Amino acid sequence: MKFFVCIKQVPDTETKIKVGADPTSIDTASIKWVMNPYDEYAVEEGVKLRDANPGSQLWVLSVGPKKRVVESIRTALAMGADEGIVVDAPENLDNFQTAKALATVITQEGGGKVVFTGKLAIDDNASAVSQMLAEFLGAPHATVVSKFALAGENVVVDRDIEGGAKEVIQMMAPAVVAANKGLNMPRYASLPGIMKAKKKVIKELDFAGLNTGSTNKVKTLGLELPPEKPAVKLMSGDSAHQVLELVKALRDEAKVL
Amino acid sequence: MGKILVFAEHHNGKIKRSAQELLTVAKKSGQTVVAVSVGSQAAAIAPELAHFGATETHLFKDAAFDQYNPEVFAAALSELIQSSGAKIVLASASSTGKDLFPRIAARLNTGVLSDCTSLEINGDNVTVKRPVYSGKAFAKMAFENSPVQIVLMRANQLPVDAPDTSASVNPQEHAGAKTDLKTLIKEVVKGTSEKLDLTEANIIVSGGRGLKEAGNFKLLEDLASTLGATVGASRAVVDAGWVSHGMQVGQTGKTVAPTLYIAVGISGAIQHLAGMSGSKVIVAINNDANAPIFQKATYGIVGDLFDVVPKLTEEFKKVLQ
Repeated sequence: MKFFVCIKQVPDTETKIKVGADPTSIDTASIKWVMNPYDEYAVEEGVKLRDANPGSQLWVLSVGPKKRVVESIRTALAMGADEGIVVDAPENLDNFQTAKALATVITQEGGGKVVFTGKLAIDDNASAVSQMLAEFLGAPHATVVSKFALAGENVVVDRDIEGGAKEVIQMMAPAVVAANKGLNMPRYASLPGIMKAKKKVIKELDFAGLNTGSTNKVKTLGLELPPEKPAVKLMSGDSAHQVLELVKALRDEAKVL
Repeated sequence: MGKILVFAEHHNGKIKRSAQELLTVAKKSGQTVVAVSVGSQAAAIAPELAHFGATETHLFKDAAFDQYNPEVFAAALSELIQSSGAKIVLASASSTGKDLFPRIAARLNTGVLSDCTSLEINGDNVTVKRPVYSGKAFAKMAFENSPVQIVLMRANQLPVDAPDTSASVNPQEHAGAKTDLKTLIKEVVKGTSEKLDLTEANIIVSGGRGLKEAGNFKLLEDLASTLGATVGASRAVVDAGWVSHGMQVGQTGKTVAPTLYIAVGISGAIQHLAGMSGSKVIVAINNDANAPIFQKATYGIVGDLFDVVPKLTEEFKKVLQ
């Protein structure tokens, strides 16, 4: 039995974002790259599921520039994934093509009973690949998942929806599951895990060689930084005066009451 | 003339504010506005679709549509989008919208742009702006090789025109729903709050570690109920178990864009700012004048929240009466 987890490498949240010389992309010169935070929940759940099913395997996949993306695959291997595959692809591949590439590789590798992803990538903020991948695999999907169980041929998950409510969803495996915070506590890679991951051979594929026959469906025309905020207006005097001044400003100046 | 299809979500027998926004922007484009609504309440809200600009309405009234199921919804809507001839589809970036439309896009061999904060429609061409890199940049984006352009808008980003209550349309009803499903919704566990969800709220009052303990969220609840606001929280207090994860604003929680965001006892870690910097007016109340939240705030009070917040609640009560 095989399980897959699909991960993306993204700029660390703390990294300062600068627009690149090509205004449709960021300046990657000083970026610290990390595994997308939601994908860590996906990897952890995959490792737990593999451990609970003796004889099963967890494969980690990533699509993107090979040179940097392999680092995040090694992180997932160090957390406990068994095998890694990188699909070398240009920086600007869109969600549709990424999902096509993932579906093609998963099918070539014989398919998986459960495929995990993160609920969204914090760089492009699209939350699309997981559902598209499920469609291309002809599998059911659930997103924003904070609880997961596999019982026989049934995948049962909690999906977080509006107002703090949860849907309890049962899907027929194989299924695609997009992880939310709350699903688990991702482990830190152990030193032996890191040493073992360093020696693993990561299988390398080329996006063009997959012949997905697809094209990008969306394009970035330009990137801009948010406008500088004017300095905060601090309220003066004692608390009673501060409150009066604030309510007046909200009502008469900002006109939001 | 082109056609724009609007997926109109509704709640308690009324279409949501986000659906009013989408219908208004579609109407303004001068194109034919096709609205679709689902569930056993769909007929009751059909007149409203026309009031906000729909000239063609489609209803899926089967009770199977009362509860969101991606398989059922994707089957019905993919088919309708194709048969309608719409080249543009507008929906809300809600939990349903974000789950459903990427799946539909894949089925229709087309693109989708989610979480958009602005939208321009020029004939058949759509351009949007969306926050990327945790709100640290905005991307101007468009479609290519896409027979249908699917846009998911964040709530509270577009104006709503006054409804024209004289407008009416004869709805077209579609019977039945996909059966033989691989996906079953077993149960919906209700949340603790009956208030508007954070992602749709017009006013949010959020609390952080400065509140010192879980019980003190009562101060914020009082303030929120005075303002008709929804209560949010920082990651620190969610991780501490004071409030549920559904209330978390920020990178691993919800991204919000209300008209007014009041941050109480929140220092303003980058992960929090990522989730709320799109708010129109930000008020920060914190005893530390150097807290990063003040760099994002429009108005600030440096002071003891336990002193300031009750006074603020009283003052709002006076003013809003």
